This record gives sequence, structure tokens and C-alpha cells, in this order.
Amino acid sequence: MKRRTPELRALPAESLGALDDRLHSASPLRKILNKVFPDHWSFLLGELALWAFIILLLTGTFLTFFFDPSMEEVRYNGSYTPLRGVSMSRAYETSLNISFDVRGGLVIRQMHHWAALLFMAAIIVHMLRVFFTGAFRKPRELNWIVGLLLFWVGFLEGFCGYSLPDDGLSGTGLRIASAIMLSIPVVGSWLTTAIFGGEFPGTEIIPRLYIVHVLLVPALLVALISVHLALMVLQKHTQWPGPGRTNDNVVGERAYPRYATKMAGFFMIVFAVVAIMGGLFQINPIWLFGPYKAAAVSSASQPDWYVLFLEGSTRLFPNWEIRVADHTVPAIFWPAVVLPGILTVLPMLYPFLEARFTKDRASHHLLQRPRDVPTRTGLGAMAVSFYVVLTLSGGNDVIADKFHISLNATTWAGRIGLIVVPPLAYYVAHRICLGLQQHDREVLAHGIETGVIRRLPDGRFIEVHQPLGPVDEHGHGQLEYTGWAVPKKMNRVGALGPAIKGFFFPIEKPPQAPVSPAPQLPAESERREVEARR
Amino acid sequence: MSTGTRPPGPVLREQVDRPEVDIDDPRLTRFDLVKEGARRDGVDIVQYEPRFPAPGTRAERRAERSIALLFLLAFLSAAAFFAIYIWWPWRYDPGSNLSKLYTPLLGLTLGLSLAPIGFGIIAYAKKLLPMEVAVEHRHVGGSPPADRKLTGALLASIADETAIQRRPLIKGALATSLLGIGVVATVPLIGGLIKNPHKMAGQPEGLGDVLMHTGFDPAYNNGKPVRLVHEDGTPIRPSDVSVGGQITVFPGIPDGATNKFADSPTLLIHLRTSDAETLRRNLAHVPINEGVMWGDYVAYSKICTHAGCPASLYEQQTNRLLCPCHQSQFQITDNARPIFGPATRRLPALPLDVDAEGFFIAKSDFKVPVGPGFWERP
Repeated sequence: MKRRTPELRALPAESLGALDDRLHSASPLRKILNKVFPDHWSFLLGELALWAFIILLLTGTFLTFFFDPSMEEVRYNGSYTPLRGVSMSRAYETSLNISFDVRGGLVIRQMHHWAALLFMAAIIVHMLRVFFTGAFRKPRELNWIVGLLLFWVGFLEGFCGYSLPDDGLSGTGLRIASAIMLSIPVVGSWLTTAIFGGEFPGTEIIPRLYIVHVLLVPALLVALISVHLALMVLQKHTQWPGPGRTNDNVVGERAYPRYATKMAGFFMIVFAVVAIMGGLFQINPIWLFGPYKAAAVSSASQPDWYVLFLEGSTRLFPNWEIRVADHTVPAIFWPAVVLPGILTVLPMLYPFLEARFTKDRASHHLLQRPRDVPTRTGLGAMAVSFYVVLTLSGGNDVIADKFHISLNATTWAGRIGLIVVPPLAYYVAHRICLGLQQHDREVLAHGIETGVIRRLPDGRFIEVHQPLGPVDEHGHGQLEYTGWAVPKKMNRVGALGPAIKGFFFPIEKPPQAPVSPAPQLPAESERREVEARR
Repeated sequence: MSTGTRPPGPVLREQVDRPEVDIDDPRLTRFDLVKEGARRDGVDIVQYEPRFPAPGTRAERRAERSIALLFLLAFLSAAAFFAIYIWWPWRYDPGSNLSKLYTPLLGLTLGLSLAPIGFGIIAYAKKLLPMEVAVEHRHVGGSPPADRKLTGALLASIADETAIQRRPLIKGALATSLLGIGVVATVPLIGGLIKNPHKMAGQPEGLGDVLMHTGFDPAYNNGKPVRLVHEDGTPIRPSDVSVGGQITVFPGIPDGATNKFADSPTLLIHLRTSDAETLRRNLAHVPINEGVMWGDYVAYSKICTHAGCPASLYEQQTNRLLCPCHQSQFQITDNARPIFGPATRRLPALPLDVDAEGFFIAKSDFKVPVGPGFWERP
């Protein structure tokens, strides 16, 4: 018995050894565990989308056990009494069953829907972060394109998903989708009958959307996400400029022990938030909408939020139908087919266009602050405002109703706003960037405003400025702008100690003043050089 | 430089480049080996210090306790979730408030069983795991020139060895065969999906062009005019619609009120006499609209000519019809002319009549295709 204990203790090492004999994995494993990740809150946005996607896979799999995508007419006889005896499709009936007759089904269905909204929101915010910080620049153009594809594939996935329950709202969405497909010149009617298996709505569309929603598009999403992450690992993460950070290093934490641990915690928190939202906040109450009927629709028929911008463009576009020689190009073709086409291609080309116009062919791994690239920030503000006007216009009937504005006035506001607001946004964003740049330089030159007013012997009052570093004979700071935040408050340079922590007891020793964004890495060699030059 | 006397702080590149240490040196600690492994992976651990250099302090124990508490809280919430899932009344019951709380409570307890784990893990990483700054070397740009040259030579030789360029006959034949495979791969998919919208199978004689006909076509009723019916299939007498009122009608054929005839829903409107007079005047000069009205009654397709939503919001005072999807508005007394919004075309009118039994019938189908536009639309 005595020999047993040491054997047990040696077991992990032995089995790892056995594994390495076969897989030759020691070196790659160490490399993965040692990979360094830079840390900044804005780098979590893409991760948020990833976690939302995993929640979607988990909850979606649950839903498939109870959903039947059949358009066969049945008579409802489930628990929800107001709809008893109503004839509906089997898809709608099983959606109702998930909500009322599957124990805990409603919370999973609502979590699935909330996670989908979160997924798209996280993608968009992540995309804005990447755009405004210049993270899409060489060598990451390909990953930018993959990211854009992820947005559009996610968009398609979301549309298919909320069309599945076959309730009043989703049927109306499909009706509009069929009109959009019909509008495509030459092939429109053929495409529509091919997809719907005949005239709208037919009996094929829900089963087809189902297989697209649960197999084809998720497989595509998994593939694109894998490429997205693989490229991120291969090219390594970008980082903000800062002490010790250069274009050819990554400063941060190794994957283990700390970084991956924090990622796991973040996943749990995202999951928790989605669960709480799925429980407490009602979403898509399909039992109130009733089964889809071609003759019925109510006002405030809105798609999910990420589709609203196309709804808005369709509402705003004037009734410019083209009729030539017995043929028709309906007005809806332009805002619902051509515009999304432009919105797909133009952003994909953006990294190359920017490189061309700025004649910048270098590889960049350090991020830029939005203020330091006013033109790009202005263009981004333009795009965002364009999108916001469209999105708001997608709900202009609700705005008109809630704020007691004329409906037609909101449409006209959208039409004019779409042309006027983006250039305005460009101008304002550009000016703000220049102003912020100037303020950074001013603080570097003159120091931080301390708020201390001093009266001079001759009676003048001046405000005392705290220089950030050594000053020249005129009292001007000699620090260069390095592309990172300049402290602008005395608290940021440690004028005030950190607040005493601890709720019931003060902690024994106040920790070091928090340093944002990263611990100081004064380059030792540089510092010595400076001293030598003095 | 010697490793022993190096001051704390980063000397980034030098350290990565320094010669390998002898990993069999018995004086090395385990952390020295960790650092050496990282160094060989191009990672320099610049700073690595425990949060609590002296173990067992009150602060450390407090941090441990609060993290443990979070994990326990998660377990309690999970237990609550389990109990609620099993014992809470969950069946839909309009009179009971308890059953309404089932879903919120599940979501809340599920969230509260996950969130503390998340916060606990993050607190563990932030408060107890050592503080670390590591610097990884990043290679900027492409592969070394030698690699590029060697790989380029390999690729060029592969292209050359296959020698497809030098054999035009094979090249042409191969391209042809690939074309054949492409056709074979796509034809079944397209062929299986495609349906001729102008000659749809399974339609009654003469109705194959599905985009051009609705359920009001007499061909659906053995050539006899189709009655206008309620959703439940009962036919409609003129007295069923009060003055100024409107109802949605469907073709009186089997399944006429279902989604099988999604283009057929129609709005039957009983106009006030003065409004009917206005409409009659506006209709007079358009020959296609002759005899569309029956008395003061008129019927317009409910399917919006923009995107096909049912234009269902009727404003009685102004005789305007609004489509709630994209806010197209139609002036009924001006022959359903679109007066605002993205719709271009009028709503088509259904020629009305009353049969011998006094029920509304459609004299014929709509004279133009209803609903959204498409390429072949005349």
C-alpha cells in the first residue's frame, strides 16, 4: 500500500507524457497558454457577440425539440384559452406550445430572442470600435470583411428566425420580403416562386426557412466565426498605444492564468443577463398577434431592431416606380435591394479606399484614437447618422403616435434628415476631433488646470497649471503627444489618494493609485538615456 | 547582461534575444522554467507578483470569503430555480397571478445562479491571481524573404509540372468537363426549386399565371361569378354594411378566406352618398372602371400596391385608406389614388354586382394584377 500514493501523484505527469508521445503537443500547448492578450474594455465587445452566439446555440437547440415547422392547418386546442378553436399553422401552434405547454419553454424562447438581439447589437458596436480605432487597417482588411459578412449573415439568420413562428407579425415580414424579391428586375417573379414554392405564402416557406435557420446559416456563422478568431490569433490582437507598447509587441496578460479566467467569468455574466432579460422582459408575445392572415395587420408592425433601417429606407423612399415598355421596376427595389447591396460592398472596400487616399501601405498594430483621425471619424459619424435616421424612420408611426406628430411630417423629416443630417454629423464630428486634439496639445504644453487661482503682485489673477513633465525656458511642456490619453484632471496624476476601500472595515494598506489604462512600464533604457542627456 | 542583477522593469527585446538558459540547472526554480518557456515562445513576463505577498492576511481572507460567498449564493439560486421549476404552478391560468410569475422567476433564479459564478470568477482573477504584465513579440509584415522565395519556387514548379498550359487540348477538355460538373451540381437544385410563375402547375385552366389572378376570377367557380363572403364564408347583402362602413371580404370559393388566396382580401366600402357621387365623377372618364361601383358600394383590393401588406386602416371622415406597414395612403373617393408614401399605383377595384338572391358578387376578377409590382407587370 505504501507505494500507491507516489504513483497517484505521478499520474497527471505520466498521462501528459503519454499524450505527448502520441500528439507531440508540448510546444504548441505551451505557446497557446502563453499567448498574450492586451486588455481594454472595448476589446470585450466582440467577445460579447461570441458569448451571445453560444447562448443562441444552446437555447436554439432546446427550441428545436418542440418546434414543428409545418404549415399544415390545424385547430388550436392548447392551454392558451383565447386562441382555442382558431385555425392556424402547425408552426404557430407549436410556437404557442413552447410558450404555454412546455414547462420553462417561454423563458428559453425569450432568452433565444434576447440573445439574438444582443448578438446583433454586439456585432454592430464591435464593428464601430474596430472602425473608429482603425483596427481594420493592414494587415486586418480580410478580418474586417469577414466581420461584415458576419453582420449580414447574422441579419439573415435573425430574419429567418423571427419568421418561423408564423404569427401575424412574422407573416407580414415575409409578405414584405416576397414583395422585395418580386421587385428584382427580370428574375423577380421567378425567384419568388422558387423560394416560396409557388405563390406567396404557399406551404413550403416555413420548412425551408427552418432548415436555413437551424442548419445552413448557423454552419456558415460557425465557419465565419472560426475564420474570424483564427485570423485574430494569427495576426495577434491590436493594442492601444501606451508605455512600452510598440507596433511590434503585444503588452498584456498571458492567456493563463488570468485572462482566460476572466473570459469565463464574463461568459457567465452575459449568460446571466440574458437569462434575467428572458425571464423579466417580455419579447415577441406571439399569442397576442394571432396566426398570420393575409388580410390582417395592425399598426406598429415593426421588425426586430436590426432590420428597422431597411424598413425605414422602404418607408422613406419616394414612389418612383419605373414603367418602360410593359415592364415595371417597382420603387421598393431601390431602398430594399440596391441600398443593402451598396451597404454590403462599400464598407468592405473601405480599408482599401482609405489606404489609397492616405497612401498608407504600412502594417498597423497600434490603434488610433478617433480624435486623431478626424476624416475617418467624420465619415463614421456620417454612416452612423445615416443608419440612425433610417432606423428611427422604421418606427415613424410609433414616433408619430407617441409624440402626437403628423405621420406624414415624420416621413418628410426622415427624407430630409437622411440628406441633411449625415453631412452635418461629418462636420460636427470633424470639428470635435480637432478641438479634442488641440486640447490634448494644450495640456501637454501648459499643464493641467488645477483650479487654483493665484493673484499676482500686480493684481492679475492667473490659474495655476500643473505641467506633466519637464518644461523648457518658456514654461512649456516638452512631452510629445504619443497617441494615448493625456491626463486632464489632477486626480489622474495622483493628486488625490484613492478613496479608502472597504465597506465595514478600511483595508489595511491603501493600494497604489489606479493607473489607466495599463500599469506603467517606464522603459528603463530610455529613462537612463534621458538622464544621461541631461 | 546577467539575469541575476537585472533591475525590475522591462528590457523588452534584449531579454527575448538572450541566450537560452540551461533548463537542467538545479538552481532554477519552477517559475524560472515558466519564464524560460514563455521566453522561447517570444513572451517576456515583465511583472509577476502575488496580490498578497504575505499569505493569510485579513485582506486576503476577506477576499477569499467574499468569493466563496458568491459561489454559495449561486448554488442557492440554482436550488431555488430547481424548486420553482418543479413546484411552482406553471400552467396558463388566466385567473391566477402565481402562474404569471413562473417565467420571470425562472429567468431571475437562472440569472442569479449564473451571475455570482461570473462575478466570483472575475473577482478571483482580479483579487487573488498574481498581477501580471507580459510582453509578446509581434512579427510585423510577411514571411522572411528566403521563405517567400522558396515557397514561390515550389508553387511555380507545381504550376509548371502539371504543365496544363502546354497542353491546350487537355486544358480545353478539362474546362469543358468542369463546366459539366457545375451544371450537374446546380441543375437539380435550381430545377427542383423553380416554378414558372406564369404557368403554375395545379391551377385551374387559364389561371396558371398566378400573379395576374385572384380568387375572384370566375374560373375558380366553374365560370360563374364569385360571391363576396365574410371570413366565415357567409355571403354578404348590401344591407350588411352600414353607410360609411367597410368590411373585409373574401372570394366565396373553397379556402377563399385562407392564406391560399393571399392576394384576394378585398375591402368592401359603403360610401356616403356625397362621397359616392365624388367617386362616380372621378371614375367616369376612365373606361376600365366602368361599372365598378354598385350603388354607393365600391370594393378595392386590400393588398397594398407597394409591399403587399393589407392596407387596413380606413379613416371614415376623409375616406383615406392607410397601409400600416409603410404608410402609403390611398384616397378612396379618387379611385384609391396613392396620395402619400411609397406606393405608386392605385388599389385595383373589384367590379361589383348583386346576384338574384341579393348577395354581392364580383362581375369579374380585378382588371389589373393586385399587390406589389414586378418586372412582367404590364
